[in-house]
Amino acid sequence: MAEVSVQQSYTYPKYPFRRPKALDDGAVERLPLVIVGGGVVGLSAALEFAGLGVETVVLDDDDTVSRGSRSICVSKRTLEIFDRSGVADRMVDKGVVWQRGRVYRGEREIYNFDLLPEEGHKMPAFINLQQYYVEEYLIDRITELGKTELRWRNAVTGIEILDAGGALLTVETPEGEYRIQADHVIAADGVRGAIRRAMGLAFTGRTFEERFLITDIRMTADFPMERRFWFEPSFHGGQSALLHRQPDSIFRVDLQLGPDADPVEEAKPERVIPRIRRMIGGELDFTLEWISVYTFTCRRIERFRHGPVFFVGDAAHVVSPFGARGGNGGIQDIDNLVWKLALVLKGEASDALLDSYDAERVPAADENILNSSRSTDFMTPKNQVSADFRQAVLSLSEQVPFARALVNSGRLSLPHHYAATPLTTLDRDHFEGRGPAPGSPAPDAPVAIDGESGWLLKQLGRRFVALCFAGGAGDGAGVATLTKELGRLHPFVESFVVVPDEAVNDKDGLVDTTGLAFERWGAAAGTVYLVRPDQHVAARWKSPPTIDEMRSALARSIGARTGSEGMAA
Amino acid sequence: MTEKLETDLRIARPDDFYEALIETHRGLSDEESRQLNARLILILANQVGDMDILTDALRLARGDAEPDS
Ligand SMILES: Cc1cc2nc3c(=O)[nH]c(=O)nc-3n(C[C@H](O)[C@H](O)[C@H](O)COP(=O)(O)OP(=O)(O)OC[C@H]3O[C@@H](n4cnc5c(N)ncnc54)[C@H](O)[C@@H]3O)c2cc1C
Repeated sequence: MAEVSVQQSYTYPKYPFRRPKALDDGAVERLPLVIVGGGVVGLSAALEFAGLGVETVVLDDDDTVSRGSRSICVSKRTLEIFDRSGVADRMVDKGVVWQRGRVYRGEREIYNFDLLPEEGHKMPAFINLQQYYVEEYLIDRITELGKTELRWRNAVTGIEILDAGGALLTVETPEGEYRIQADHVIAADGVRGAIRRAMGLAFTGRTFEERFLITDIRMTADFPMERRFWFEPSFHGGQSALLHRQPDSIFRVDLQLGPDADPVEEAKPERVIPRIRRMIGGELDFTLEWISVYTFTCRRIERFRHGPVFFVGDAAHVVSPFGARGGNGGIQDIDNLVWKLALVLKGEASDALLDSYDAERVPAADENILNSSRSTDFMTPKNQVSADFRQAVLSLSEQVPFARALVNSGRLSLPHHYAATPLTTLDRDHFEGRGPAPGSPAPDAPVAIDGESGWLLKQLGRRFVALCFAGGAGDGAGVATLTKELGRLHPFVESFVVVPDEAVNDKDGLVDTTGLAFERWGAAAGTVYLVRPDQHVAARWKSPPTIDEMRSALARSIGARTGSEGMAA
Repeated sequence: MTEKLETDLRIARPDDFYEALIETHRGLSDEESRQLNARLILILANQVGDMDILTDALRLARGDAEPDS
């Protein structure tokens, strides 16, 4: 990758290096948990742990946030995860909220899409917010919560897996080297992954030869909050182009350059300026912020858990940026891993639960890799026949709807639906395809709580929740009794009753003011969902489960062997 | 209901199909790909069967038909 920083409007914070104690006492430092890498994914982990009351240490080899033109699109699911830590609102306020994408062929629009056509979700489909802001806000929130020690300029240079359990890390600082013995290590050290390399793990997949110019420009333009993608625009010699707005009057421009482009030459401002000029026309003034020429890969390591070491984010898997699945996918790794590790650290679940991180997130990474690879393939036809088919799809897409579905300018990040993993309980009842199936992320809906308007999703997460849908006022009582019993069963289960709007007198309930909660959850009176701490569905029943069914589902979802597999224990 | 050429999406997983289509051509010369496509059209045409629909499809592909006519 060639990269040129032209002019930065953003002031990079500089976080202080503090001399670690172990440098002075020379002893091996003992820690239950270490996060290696304070990028967007490692920081998300620290934040989620802090929210669960778990103290962590983060080691980062740098002393600032992400540099250069990297992630901009933050997905709804990421915002929902961050909202649990109270940092999403700040991001949405600063970010550019968008949900519409337009796809052009030449200069003509062939279609547009709306990523969130329905109302009644707290979070928007996407915001655009530069990765440096996301990281800065995460660091601010982490610092406020006071559970995390962020050690800047602490680079991990070696790792040894110990037979007795845990791992020994070698850490290099500006003032010398020290060692940490950690029971668990989260490897969030990015695509170059020092830990992955030290452990000799193969990082396999595809490399795309195509080069892309990725630049951020600053201009004052009255440009709508939408994603614009061009196939074969005349302003760029028929290769594809993308324009996307960010905060601070910054725009992301992606231009396909072909496989033979010279990365160093193409990153020179005198080459870039005329390209941008042709794209945006003669009138607008602009300045360049960053220029990079990238090639992209789609790769992963085979397993994401190696004993005490858990690989997350780009350290585990990497994708091309079309679809915004890199950072968003990595944050879902954290969503999946952190509650499990927290339960194990607190002695509330056994080590077996941690294997499910691998079982659930490897298929998720494959889904992201598949989608990103297909988009990249569509943009860069490898031979005559794929060029012909693309041409055919594009020309038909102006006329007939079916062809639009084949046009691929990026399939934007959505949360993975965990299939029948070891943690999910298969449906006992028929939901006729409605509501989130076991393993799926919980859908949001507006609800009233004690007469105040709020959001259903905000009531979920961080612990197991039994969500009981009741028919009318007072009807919730029976279900509530059941779930209160459950609460006594397990200290980390809480229950809520969702009541229809007519039942506004039910003081204990979440009132479904719009009917959307019942609708999105495919619920009727008596429906019960057991929702995991990561807001994914563990189990569900159309009519209230017996306490044994509930107990068994809960045991399953914390990785305990239920003995009689899904039956009453 | 009279049969007509469907222009709305009917393929359940369009990205899966498109990948399979491109993949089917992998390693073929341009000439071999042309032959494959010709065979594929004949196979699919036989599957469609209905001559009116086929006529509409031929017109659409040639670019001289309104999609809904
Ligand atoms: C052009 C481009 C556009 C993109 N657009 C999007 C987008 O719109 N949406 C999206 O979701 N994703 C996007 N991505 C992907 C996204 O940037 C990455 O997926 C994301 O940064 C991964 O986060 P991470 O924390 O895993 O790794 P990184 O962000 O790479 O962080 C790794 C951290 O570890 C530190 N580190 C490295 N080695 C060591 C070591 N030995 N010891 C200690 N610390 C170490 C680094 O300093 C860094 O802070 C884009 C990427 C590119 C290149």
